[in-house]
Amino acid sequence: MRIRTIRRISQIFFVILFFWFCMVSSLGRQWWQLRGWPVNFFLELDPLAGLGMALTTGTIYKGMAWGLATLGMTFFLGRVFCGWVCPFGAIHHFLGYIARIKQPAPEKVRRNRYHPAQKIKYWILMVLLGTIVFDLSRRLMGLPPGRMLSSLQIGLLDPMPLLYRSINLIVLPLVDGSGQWFSTAPRWYEAGFSIGLVFIPALLLNFKTPRFFCRYVCPLGALLGILSRWPLFRIYKSDAACKTCPSCERHCEGACQPADQLRLSECVVCLNCREDCREGSIRYGLKTSAAGEIVAPDIQRREIIVTMVSGVAGMAALGLEGRQGPNWPTHRVRPPGSLSESEFLSRCLRCGQCMRICPTNVIQPSVLTAGWEAIWTPVLNFRAGTSGCQHTCIACGHVCPTAAIRPLTRDERTGQNRFIEQGPLRIGTAFLNRGRCLPWAMNTPCIVCQENCPVSPKAIFTRVVFNPVKLERSLTVASADKKELVIDDAALPPGRYASGDYYCQVDGQSPKQIVRQTEQIISISVAHAFDPTPQLGDDVQLLIRLQQPFVTAERCIGCGICEHECPVSGQRAIRVTAENESREARHGFLLS
Amino acid sequence: MSSVASNSDRRAFLARLVKTGLLATATGIAGFKLYDGIGPSPSSADQTALILPQYAIHDPSKLERQKRLAVVHGSDRKQTLNRGLTALGGIEAFVKKGERVLIKVNAAFASPPALSATTHPDLVTELVRFCLKAGAAEVRVADNPINDPATCFELTGIGPAARSAGARVMLPRATSFQPVSVSEGRLIKNWPVFVEPLKGVDKVIGVAPVKDHHRSGASLSMKNWYGLLGGRRNIFHQEIHDTIFELALMIRPTLMILDGTTTMMTNGPTGGSLADLKQTDTMILGTDPVAVDTYGAGLLEKSIDTLPFIAKAEAAGLGTTDLDVIDPVVQHLG
Repeated sequence: MRIRTIRRISQIFFVILFFWFCMVSSLGRQWWQLRGWPVNFFLELDPLAGLGMALTTGTIYKGMAWGLATLGMTFFLGRVFCGWVCPFGAIHHFLGYIARIKQPAPEKVRRNRYHPAQKIKYWILMVLLGTIVFDLSRRLMGLPPGRMLSSLQIGLLDPMPLLYRSINLIVLPLVDGSGQWFSTAPRWYEAGFSIGLVFIPALLLNFKTPRFFCRYVCPLGALLGILSRWPLFRIYKSDAACKTCPSCERHCEGACQPADQLRLSECVVCLNCREDCREGSIRYGLKTSAAGEIVAPDIQRREIIVTMVSGVAGMAALGLEGRQGPNWPTHRVRPPGSLSESEFLSRCLRCGQCMRICPTNVIQPSVLTAGWEAIWTPVLNFRAGTSGCQHTCIACGHVCPTAAIRPLTRDERTGQNRFIEQGPLRIGTAFLNRGRCLPWAMNTPCIVCQENCPVSPKAIFTRVVFNPVKLERSLTVASADKKELVIDDAALPPGRYASGDYYCQVDGQSPKQIVRQTEQIISISVAHAFDPTPQLGDDVQLLIRLQQPFVTAERCIGCGICEHECPVSGQRAIRVTAENESREARHGFLLS
Repeated sequence: MSSVASNSDRRAFLARLVKTGLLATATGIAGFKLYDGIGPSPSSADQTALILPQYAIHDPSKLERQKRLAVVHGSDRKQTLNRGLTALGGIEAFVKKGERVLIKVNAAFASPPALSATTHPDLVTELVRFCLKAGAAEVRVADNPINDPATCFELTGIGPAARSAGARVMLPRATSFQPVSVSEGRLIKNWPVFVEPLKGVDKVIGVAPVKDHHRSGASLSMKNWYGLLGGRRNIFHQEIHDTIFELALMIRPTLMILDGTTTMMTNGPTGGSLADLKQTDTMILGTDPVAVDTYGAGLLEKSIDTLPFIAKAEAAGLGTTDLDVIDPVVQHLG
């Protein structure tokens, strides 16, 4: 079998595997749903994510150690990951291939020529690493987080998180439409457009230049390019005096000029040059090219310094905005188990796995809710989705590849058994807006929030009040017996006050529930008859019985089911914000 | 430049003239057809609302006494259900061979069966089994829960129980809802209702737990139909008693099963703690929703005076609260 065929099989295999992992990332009991499939495998294979986390946290968390295998492979074989494994690379490869099918050979060669702008990807890598250097220096100096911003910005352009979030949060929901296959309800994702704004152009640019993203943008490719400086195996030209017909560059995926001096850092080991050389003089092996090699990327020391300093400066400027300090965004409600904000951002790759797995679709990619430094990180939007954050659910932490959301046990989430002392985990607190609440502001019964509060005892309690009903004019008794009033010259809307929520009050007696009512006659419940019987000319007060809700903050866990269910459908009358979240002691507001 | 056009020029000109003419005519016609001199009306036209059919097998007021209500005391749901059905003439009295049956459960919350906030899975298993034994062609189990539907059906155990007993579980999807009106209703007008599971169904059985409900006082058999409402149904809490009453008008079930084996006395309707529950060892089966709920209110230690929806349903002729008239078959299991 030809080596090109084997490479294609490998690429197809990994693309299918990737889509399979995306598809099975849904909760359920079917074999094609989440049943221990290693759905994070491609994120774990990503050494840039691993390196970033190793720098920000000083550790390599669990499966992220797979990145070491990718590094090892790169040390020995060059950027094999890019050409053979990376599913995003394979997609670009395929689109570039389609775009070029009808092009004449010289045009193909022209488009695959090395371009100096390919160094931009190293700049991007350096900027991203610069953001980490900033955090690293903070940690090395032993300064507390807060004043200086900690975050891992790698995920913005790292191809693995980018692909996961684009497929899971845009492509699958679009394919699924009304939610026929992958979920019961259609999925919403707040930042869908901005995610697509990166993903779609990345795909379309292949029609201009093959593997545009890989050559000019990909920071992971840049990292592997730097590290494939001394590969054991490499492409080489055995004959320096070959006619330099450009055949070998016709399908060169990396634009690494195999016909000339090979640029090792750009070569993705697609091996097309080896296939295309009519003389058989291009090979893959232990030797070095007879025409010479360019081992290092085409960047100068000062470029490295400028780009890294840009990253540092950017983080410093963002730090001034104070979102990890006093100016923390109140609507930044993170999923249950999220670490404190600075630790959280030091780990979050913005891969969107938590948003994909969330059974209620309440976890959303932030646009600017959590700030510029946290674009596409998970925040809870209680108006989106099918429910609030279900208070016994721990799915997000168990799928998170980096433990930015810790894998909780159900006991820890709900504060049971071993965790009874510390109580249930809180992600925020519900605040009631009395100006919008029906029983508080509109004299209308409701208490949907109280009923749906899932903790026991409930974090929302009610107090009963009897409020006067606004009438055109006052009512007086014409005649009465123990359970019926005839109102003098009245024209009440029939049945309007017999819903069970209205009461009438006469002459200092307790309010009596109205059970039937016509234009002039008000009947009350037999069990609570008037005593004494009202007299001619007594004033009659119509009252509505209301249960007004209150929040008991120390019981509230911030699940937001109340906010989701509140019938005031625009800006809800009860809303959860991040105050009192367990992960940040500084955000508490209760003495005990 | 020649002053006389050649033949071929003339032909080309004529061809162009015809094409231009056709294009202009077509544009004119399209413009004429599409012209709207009035503009849009303020609201889009109403969809015609459905009126749901009746599933009751008898007019409750004309039913023989002993067939109206059965109350069986015992802690084993399978036994109490079995005995209750026998007392009402067996499942065959309700489900005929070849019929399609909908079992409307309460799967409102993502909470485990032990917390009694939802219909117990044992009851679902047993009831599905009975229906299939009676020769039902299909048994469906459905609800439109408050929490995430898929999670609710899994965590409550209802989904697995129903499927393993041979029923079809139907989760609400965007396309499952259609506007429904209640003919004598005031509140439920043109409201989206989860009608997909009702399509082609011959019999409807409601199965609900007995629960405290802060707004309406009690969540019993009539309140169970709230789970068929879609849309932003929470606004119905503003007139909860009339809503429950209209729900009882909307659906006249074949049979109601009210499970008071464990009663949620406080913190309803979600519960969340075993401390909210009380062992009351009672299974109530009946064809008269008013009678069933009257008995259920007793388990909650509530007077029916405090539950206006019961009086409203009784006044509309849906049943009776008079336990002497009902004369339930009461049985005790050891």
